[in-house]
Amino acid sequence: MPERLEVRKTYKLYLGGKFPRSESGRTYEVTDSRGRFVANAAWASRKDARDAVVAARGAFAGWSGATAYNRGQVLYRVAEVMEGRAAQFADEVAAGEGLSATKARAAVDAAIDRWVWYAGWTDKLASVLGGTNPVAGPYFDFSLPEPTGVVAVLAPQRSSLLGLVSVVAPVLATGCTAVVVSSKERPLPAITLGEVLATSDVPGGVVNLLTGDAAEIGPWLAEHADVDGIDLAGSGTTAMELERSAAGTLKRVLRTTAEEPDWTADPGLSRMTPFLETKTVWHPIGL
Amino acid sequence: MSPFEYAPAPESRSIVDLQPSYGLFVDGEFTPGRGTPLTTVNPATEEVLSEIAVGTDADVDRAVRAARRAFTRVWGPMRPADRGKYLFRIARLLQERAREFAVLETLDNGKPITESRDVDVPLAAAHFFYHAGWADKLDHVGLGAAPRPHGVAGQVIPWNFPLMMLAWKVAPALAAGNTVVLKPAETTPLTALLFAEVCQQADLPPGVVNIVTGAGDTGRAVVEHPDVDKVAFTGSTEVGKQIARAVAGTSKVLTLELGGKAANIVFDDAPIDQAVEGIVRGIFFNQGHVCCAGSRLLVQESVHDEVIASLQRRIGTLRVGDPLDKNTDVGAINSAEQLARIRELVGIGEAEGAHPWQPAGELPDRGFWFKPTVFTDVSPAHRIARDEVFGPVLSVLTFRTPDEAVAKANNSTYGLSAGIWSEKGSRILSIANQLRAGVVWANTFNQFDPTSPFGGYKQSGYGREGGRLGLRAYLKES
Repeated sequence: MPERLEVRKTYKLYLGGKFPRSESGRTYEVTDSRGRFVANAAWASRKDARDAVVAARGAFAGWSGATAYNRGQVLYRVAEVMEGRAAQFADEVAAGEGLSATKARAAVDAAIDRWVWYAGWTDKLASVLGGTNPVAGPYFDFSLPEPTGVVAVLAPQRSSLLGLVSVVAPVLATGCTAVVVSSKERPLPAITLGEVLATSDVPGGVVNLLTGDAAEIGPWLAEHADVDGIDLAGSGTTAMELERSAAGTLKRVLRTTAEEPDWTADPGLSRMTPFLETKTVWHPIGL
Repeated sequence: MSPFEYAPAPESRSIVDLQPSYGLFVDGEFTPGRGTPLTTVNPATEEVLSEIAVGTDADVDRAVRAARRAFTRVWGPMRPADRGKYLFRIARLLQERAREFAVLETLDNGKPITESRDVDVPLAAAHFFYHAGWADKLDHVGLGAAPRPHGVAGQVIPWNFPLMMLAWKVAPALAAGNTVVLKPAETTPLTALLFAEVCQQADLPPGVVNIVTGAGDTGRAVVEHPDVDKVAFTGSTEVGKQIARAVAGTSKVLTLELGGKAANIVFDDAPIDQAVEGIVRGIFFNQGHVCCAGSRLLVQESVHDEVIASLQRRIGTLRVGDPLDKNTDVGAINSAEQLARIRELVGIGEAEGAHPWQPAGELPDRGFWFKPTVFTDVSPAHRIARDEVFGPVLSVLTFRTPDEAVAKANNSTYGLSAGIWSEKGSRILSIANQLRAGVVWANTFNQFDPTSPFGGYKQSGYGREGGRLGLRAYLKES
């Protein structure tokens, strides 16, 4: 008999900076890797996804309009706050993914370091991807990357924290806002990440985390006319159908691979450039 | 009115050696197509210019095989500097034969000779010259050391800038080491076929560039061919969506340059005379057959009457007529089909309550023509404020505050280009920041350059053409 009975957490959605239950009232049972009950997670619905898109759209002007320096500091703050809760993340990752304590902690460390890495990118993208163009005429001409808008992220199904951070952080680094559908069977790190984001100066609505089934919510997000891009990382066998749907509104699509990639590998710019537009501005030079 | 009359100053068409019929250009040779041939006409006279082969699925397959072979055996393994030299050769050949290309483009497309001569052809040559220099410097495009080409590029281009669009597609593809199967537009294939002759003169290895003429079915065969690795399309948003759907679930890489409905914003502190020139250039350049045309004029309310009066006076001096005449400002509409589309949308504009205005003057009896048209009292809900007309039709809306201008400008499913007219630098930069458009022209309009990335936001497509970013679309990390 433990000395003290633990206080368990209710795992809810993270939407518009708040932690609501699913509007549908649905929950589903989350088990650990050995099948033991862990929690009843909120089972997000199509309407929750729509609300999340509204929240993400509302947050876009502020987040994309913030200075790159400011966004970098906010992302770094996420790493700081995560560091303080590393033990909790490690427990959740170990339970959900069936990893040893050491390996789970390594995944958490890599996830924290990924935030730091992307934090450093925010104010370098424009100089790496943009520049002045030496046009053959009396014009000052420059090109700059700009965020695409609202991005739907179907998070990886297996790597519940490192994979999740690896797909969410780049979207934020570009200045886009995100609607994220977590791993279905391993959703707990996503909700804990929501708690971190809520206390890290990330404005409400910039990231919206839905726990549930990407196969159920994905098609609505792929079709949604106010979603500008979609990362298909965790879409599994529905990837082709979702890409077809996304074509109806010409969304920017980041395709997925049959096998989940090694999330510890250096991602380069590969997860940011799909959600960046380029704006070219011309102005005459003259007296 | 001017006391002076213009004497006709027609450019001679004798420089062009039109053949009665053209085949497909596959594997370095002209070969017959298996489809039922189509004819291409001069839209200014409706005269049939030539008979054009139509590529079937089997023809496209033959072209893709030739391109694959050339990629594997010749173009891929070639020293990058030599690839560059071929492109320099092509650039020079285009310059040498510039007048011939310009006259042919004007005959086939209907655009004024001054534009084909001074814009289309020089820019096409410039694109080859620019990309030629990239061929042996690919380590510097930002994809790490030794980036690799995709392989075979399938490219489908529109009729509004036939040779220039060819150059925008072919030059970066070849510089990066890809080989090409290109499908020119159904109504404007002739300069692409003359370009095939340039490839022969340059001794470009067979199969590196293949040109398969035809209509939509031929284009679909190119896009959907399983051995095409990279698809690039310029054209309508509707077809762009079909293509995006068709490549879904494949490993094909796609770039799309689609429609637009650009806002051209005139603030009350703008230099009005300059702005009027820019408005005219923005919408009547190339008969308005321009995806980035400034088709929505947003004028600050306080200068609306002054701008419209000045604009109408200026439009009254535009000369509409024989595209080969060097005095002509506005040429022929490219096809009967496009003319019907323009007429339909203009009819809808009138029916919805906007007020059309056209200058005085006669149009030629034969050919496809539409007068420069300005609609005032347009509301953002009108079809002529939302749909791409792709013709010489300007819709005028007003605004009071900068915020309203931005909101109205961004109120579009498109996001290709925009214009800003103001003498205040900080205002220009602020508005440019807020516009959701891929190209923003401030105190100018419709400028293009091979070093300058071009392409859209939202449903105007994705990917860029021009500059380092445009080239990257034809490469992948090794």
